[in-house]
Amino acid sequence: MNARSKKYVRRFLIALSLVFVGLFLVLPLVFVFTEAFSDGISAYLEYISDTYTQRALLLTVEATLIAVVVNTFFGLFAAWVLTRYRFPGQKLLTTMIDIPLSVSPVIAGLIYILCFGRSSPLYGFILRCGTPVVFAVPGIVLCTIFVTFPFISRELIPVLNARGTDEEQAAALLGAGGWTIFRRITLPHIKWPLLYGIILCTARAMGEFGAVSVISGRLRGLTNTLPLHIEILYNEFKYAPAFAVASVLVVMAVVLLLIRCIVEYQGRKKEQ
Amino acid sequence: MSSKREKRRSKHILPGFGLSLGITMSMLSIIVIIPLLSLFWGGTELSWADFISIISRGRVLAAFRVSIVCSFIAALFNLFMGLVLAWVLVRYPFPGRKFVDGLIELPFALPTAIAGMTLASLTADTGWVGSLFARFGIEIAYTRTGIVIALIFVGIPFVVRSVQPVLEQLDPVYEEAAGMMGASRCTTFFRIILPELRPAALTGFALAFARGLGEYGSVVFIAGNQPYETEIAPLMIMAQLEEYDYGEATAIALVMLGIAFVMLFVVNGIQLRARRRTNA
Repeated sequence: MNARSKKYVRRFLIALSLVFVGLFLVLPLVFVFTEAFSDGISAYLEYISDTYTQRALLLTVEATLIAVVVNTFFGLFAAWVLTRYRFPGQKLLTTMIDIPLSVSPVIAGLIYILCFGRSSPLYGFILRCGTPVVFAVPGIVLCTIFVTFPFISRELIPVLNARGTDEEQAAALLGAGGWTIFRRITLPHIKWPLLYGIILCTARAMGEFGAVSVISGRLRGLTNTLPLHIEILYNEFKYAPAFAVASVLVVMAVVLLLIRCIVEYQGRKKEQ
Repeated sequence: MSSKREKRRSKHILPGFGLSLGITMSMLSIIVIIPLLSLFWGGTELSWADFISIISRGRVLAAFRVSIVCSFIAALFNLFMGLVLAWVLVRYPFPGRKFVDGLIELPFALPTAIAGMTLASLTADTGWVGSLFARFGIEIAYTRTGIVIALIFVGIPFVVRSVQPVLEQLDPVYEEAAGMMGASRCTTFFRIILPELRPAALTGFALAFARGLGEYGSVVFIAGNQPYETEIAPLMIMAQLEEYDYGEATAIALVMLGIAFVMLFVVNGIQLRARRRTNA
């Protein structure tokens, strides 16, 4: 194949990629904002400052924050135990942590209904506690935690495995305690992947739809998260308000993507 | 007793094993294992005959078929397009490459419901893209084509992100050697490059396929949800739940869970084989 046809192949492949990215990724973004502002800016501001929208936003932020904190806590311990020790059942544990990735979000919602709902043996206990789980905020939070459960440990495990344990073992032999070792030796190495995992987790948590829509019961102003609120507006044929509210989440998603790019760039620079 | 403790201590030089394992296991149990087991516990309330009769109902079987066929087509398209995108992003410097590279992850970050609504509005016969196709009598939204489109959107990052790192690490000396010995670019690609990429590409394909089977948010808006035609398996579960029919929902969920575990097994198998090959 000569140089000229090589150039054509290259041009063709770049063009094909750009057409695909343009149609599937750029066009939807443009569309959301066009539709959101189709009634003008003042209408847009009105749509996104609606009381139900504000409450849904608050609930989404609350659920996302709790999910990120819980999963960061879990991810750090899980990654530490899976890479710093050898023990029987290690492989099985690694696989089990990844289960939420391969389970449909609808099934995630269903298992919490079965576990904490009316048909569950735990239901009497939950009633006595006075905090319902199904069709209530705790259920939404649990579902959000479930769907993003492995995100942080998955980012940390390969990095910790590649690092090896020499430095930590040296510190332990010199008498450092567990917390000191983690804080002074492990944490500086995993700072960027940890941040990367947190960003992924945040993005996924705030947009979760399937699992939350099973368990929320969609009480407006009470158990309606932002994606559910958008769905209701859309199904009522209120397209401009629906996309206006959606644009808030889209901006958040794009900002997270930008931060992700910066984090990755910083991480690579540090490695060099 | 003391010698036993000594032995255990020598096994783990780093402190904190018990604490870390305890926290990991208890959180995993509360969030994942116990709720998942409740699915099996709920399943035991159904008799075997009930289970079979639920999942062999025409509407349920049709939903499984739609889910599997559409996910497969979308994953196949993504396998091809993902390879092209990864290749272009790694090998061809062009203006805006960084931008395209960052954008690939948009489907991970964008809430699925918003993706679904946007794609549905774009491809409806009055939408920007749909109106072009409608002129030729092709409908996209509210047909199986629409489902495939949504699943392509959701699955594309899986293939690109699996293939990209492998392609970056691929040493060009083998291609150069093949070129020197007179192989055409085509031969080089199919005989030298593709075999190296195969495990990563297959992993990406399997991940995209598995994600497609379970996907709900982006599909419901574009699917039209006609029974027997454009109803997907996760929607069947949703429909049963809305009628508070937990038994039927559980039965369908168990089948989907079974398929998901098989896919997980396949992905692990591919990765294990690839690792063995590179180590050997």
